This record gives sequence, C-alpha cells and structure tokens, in this order.
Amino acid sequence: MNWNHILTIAAKDIREASGNRAVWMPMVIVPLVFIVFLPLGLIFSARLDPQATNSLLTDPDMAGFLSRMPAEMAGRIAGLNGTQAGLVLALGYLFAPFFLIIPLMFSTVIASESFAGERERKTIEALLYTPASDTELFLGKVVAAGFPAVTITWLCFLAYILVVNAAAYPLMGRIWFPIPAWFPMIFWIAPALSLLGIAATVLISARNPTFMGAYQTSASLVLLVVALLIGQVTGVLYLSVGIGLALGAVLWLVDALLVVVAVRTFNRARLLASVN
Amino acid sequence: MPPTITVQHLVHAFGERRAVDDLSFEVGRGEVFGLLGPNGAGKTTTVRLLNGLYHPTAGAISILGLDPAAHGQEVRARTGVLTETPALYERLTAWQNLEFFGRLADMRPADLKRRIAELLAFFGLEERAHDKAGTYSKGMKQRLALARALLTRPEVVFLDEPTSGLDPESALQVRELIDSIRRRDGHTVFLCTHQLTEAERLCDRVAILNSGRLLALGTLEELGRRLSPGLWVEAAFLQPLSPQPDLSRLPGVLSAAFDGARVRFQVEGESAIPGVVTALVQSGAQLTRLQPEQISLEEVYFTLQEQSRQGAQ
Repeated sequence: MNWNHILTIAAKDIREASGNRAVWMPMVIVPLVFIVFLPLGLIFSARLDPQATNSLLTDPDMAGFLSRMPAEMAGRIAGLNGTQAGLVLALGYLFAPFFLIIPLMFSTVIASESFAGERERKTIEALLYTPASDTELFLGKVVAAGFPAVTITWLCFLAYILVVNAAAYPLMGRIWFPIPAWFPMIFWIAPALSLLGIAATVLISARNPTFMGAYQTSASLVLLVVALLIGQVTGVLYLSVGIGLALGAVLWLVDALLVVVAVRTFNRARLLASVN
Repeated sequence: MPPTITVQHLVHAFGERRAVDDLSFEVGRGEVFGLLGPNGAGKTTTVRLLNGLYHPTAGAISILGLDPAAHGQEVRARTGVLTETPALYERLTAWQNLEFFGRLADMRPADLKRRIAELLAFFGLEERAHDKAGTYSKGMKQRLALARALLTRPEVVFLDEPTSGLDPESALQVRELIDSIRRRDGHTVFLCTHQLTEAERLCDRVAILNSGRLLALGTLEELGRRLSPGLWVEAAFLQPLSPQPDLSRLPGVLSAAFDGARVRFQVEGESAIPGVVTALVQSGAQLTRLQPEQISLEEVYFTLQEQSRQGAQ
C-alpha cells in the first residue's frame, strides 16, 4: 500500500471538489443553517419573549414528553426555569440529530463528485492507466470524501459550542454546552455516518454514473437522520451516551459490510465498463 | 533483441461478444506500430489489455517482459497512454495536472518539476502552464494530454486516436510532435487510429483489425505486395507512341496499359524494368519520367475491410 498515492489522489479530489460550486454551495449553506440561523433564531425568540418559553414545562404535551425522559436528561434540566429547560432540550437534545446531517451530506456530496463525477467527465480512464492499485484509488477517494466531512463536522461542533453558549449566556448565566451525549455523536457516530455515505455512494455510483444522479440517490440516506430525529421527538429513542455508543457500533458494522462490497465493486474493468 | 510487445492468440470477450478475437503480433523496440480499424474494431480494448486494465479471456501478452494481467502496476509504471479523449482535470491547471500524474508515478519532486517545465516548453504550453486546463483549446488539451503520456519517460507510448476531433492544423501539429518524440527519444510507439494518412506517415508497420480480428499485418510495402503482387511502374514520354510495343510479352512483365503519352506496367521485380525501358526507347519513346508506384495504405485498408465484409456475409 502506497500512502503517497492515496494522499495524492485525496488532495487532487479535494482540490477538484472545491472548484465545483454544486459541491461547496450546500457545504456552506447547511452548516450556516444548523449552526447559526436555527440556534440563534431559537435563542433570540426566547430572549425576546421569556414569558412564553417559561411556561413550556407546564404545557400538557411537554409534560408527557418530560415524564418519558431518561434520568440523564431529566437531571440536566432539574432546577432550570422553563426558558432554560426549553433551550437545553431543544439545542442540547432535539437538535443533535440535525447535526448528523452535516457529515452525511458532506461525505455523499464529495464522494459523488469524486467517484461518479470523475467517470462522468471521463477523467477516470487516465487515472486507471497510472501505476496506483485499485485499493489505493479506492482509499484515495474515501479519504478525499471522509477527511473533509469529519473535519468540517468537528469544526462545526466547535462553532456550535461557541454560538450556543455565547448567544444563550444572558438566559443561562453559565457555559452549559456541550452535554455528554454529544461526544459519542460527534466523535463516534459522525465518522461512521461519513463512511456509510461514502460506501453507499460508491455502490450507487456504480449504477448511476452522473454526479447529480449519484448525489441525489445517496442523499436519501438523510432519512436515517430524520428517523433519529422522529425517535427523539416522540420519545422512542433519546440520545444518550449509551445509545450513541450503541448506535455508532451498529453503524460501523454496517460500514464494514458496505466497504467490503464497495471494494469489490471498485475495480478497473468495472469502472471502464461504465465509462463506455 | 526480444520484442517489446508480444501478443499471442489474444481473446477478450464482453459476455458473448468478442471484442478481441485471436489477435497475434509483435512490436520491436523503438518501432512505431499502428493498429488500424474502424470504431469498435478492438483497438482501445487491446490497449487496455496491454496495460493490465482488462484481463484476457484467453491468449498471452508480454510487454517489456511482463504479463500485464499479473503485473499491471509495473507495466503501467513503464508505459504512457494518451487516451481517446484528453481526460484532463479541467479545474486544475496544466502544471497541477502533470504534477498529479507524476506523483502517482513516484517521480522525485525535483525531477518532476524539471520534467514538467521541459514538456510544457516542448509542447508550447509554458505560457499557459498555470491556467486551468478547462480554458484550453482542443489542440492545447491534446498537447497537454500528450505531455502527460510522456511525463515519466515511458519505454512504450500508447496513443489512442491522437488527432481525433482536431482541426487539420492542430492534427498536423500533433503528428509532427509524435514524429519528433520518436526521433528524439526513441520511444516505442503504439498508435491506434482510423486516420490512414496519419498511420501511413508515422508507422513502421501496421496491423489492420475488423471486429477484433486481425486482417493483415506488416509494412505498407508488404501489405501492398500481398494485395497486388509485383511492382507497378508508370512511365511518361514526350508524345504518344505509335505503334505501341507489346510490353506484356517481355520477361518479368505481368501486365501493361498505355494511356496517351503514358504507360502503366506491372513487373515481377525491379530486374524487369530495364527490359521495359529498352523496349520503349527502341519504339521511339522519349522518356520524361519513370516512377514506381506504391499502393496506398488507404487502398490496402479498404480492400481488406471489403474482403472481410464479404467473407462475413
């Protein structure tokens, strides 16, 4: 295995992707929405009308939600007023699955550009004539999609910590975020989801040789995150450290299976067949 | 010296269809070898097989002493390929394109830098070296792709339709570049084309394919002799002859036909020509020109393709 080949391919793909507006536009807009606009909108509406949010805990629907809440979450809002509890629940728990859209979307958009886009533009043939092995080509493209997806997710997490704590400080009176449930989500589930997005894109792009086609199909993986969000809202699945670790483990297992299949799919003869 | 490329009874099938069917040939070191045939004849598939991108269904290949199916990486490290489309990264500059492929070939940074500068200068692209390849004209892209194929100083260069889609001026320029590459660096060149004038001008030997099968192989002279045995010569005089001598009765003459102040005759070999000239002079001919005719590659090609079509029916 020649890591120089892998990193060279990854660097080239990242450079190419950064020159494609269809790739970087959603990568700017989505984090802005989840890190800046949504939390700030929520925090400032709470600051503008504290009375409305203060009565949150006495709302009958909310009371039902709170009664089903695990002890870890209940403990985190114990002693807080209604506004503070609402912010902790919304920004600390309910927003968490939203955040997972970032690694999933980044990895699928770059992987679509890297795998399907290269075939669409027929540049893949010149690449296949290089001395790099099939595995090196595959890993180069995995790194090209996975590294920025995970790095940007972590940077977004840092930015979210700053935004949430700074904007909510007048209401909370302390630095309260991040809460422990986020750590497995960011450092365990997010990389697993990125790899899931990449492996799925490789398999999808084997049948869908255009960038947009592969991206649109693989973007349907976002339904996993939506399911997680519904689970949180309905109280079926509350994100906690334990749940996060277990969920991540399941995802890594699925990743391992998909990567094995994707590596088998990724060979020169098959790639050329789809170019012709 | 062993041949650079040896192909024996090569077969490659996509499902039921044989893209390459019992193909055999050899290419010597420093030779410019042409693979001719219409679209779908199996030219590109052969290049891919020779570089280990496909594994043969049957038959054997040796290139630079290696089996590309088993040692594809080693083979590709010693070959350079100009693909049918330039296949350049259009969002990268010319320099970045070459740098990328040089790194994948494990070239040392200092050598790579020198080589890129040398090739960009050779192909007249140095002033646009840091412009994105997407802004290049078709001819410039083709020259850049050619530079990429030569980047690693490959022992064998594969050129797949190098002038395809180019305007006549750019095509001529690319042909001259190919010619100079061979003269300057002594590369073995494997040229796939359906441009017959290109093959005629550049190739030492050609193989003509149809539907993956080899129709003929040899130098243009050999192929011409195979289609039309003997040597054709045209003689011109100041005035038409009257009476015309019966040249076909002379020893070694196969046929002859007068046309005004010219005669076109076919002889078994060069040794029969002096007898014909003597007979013409004795008949009062004042010779102004005596020119052996070489059958064109175009004639050979279309005759063979037609024979192949008729054979298939």
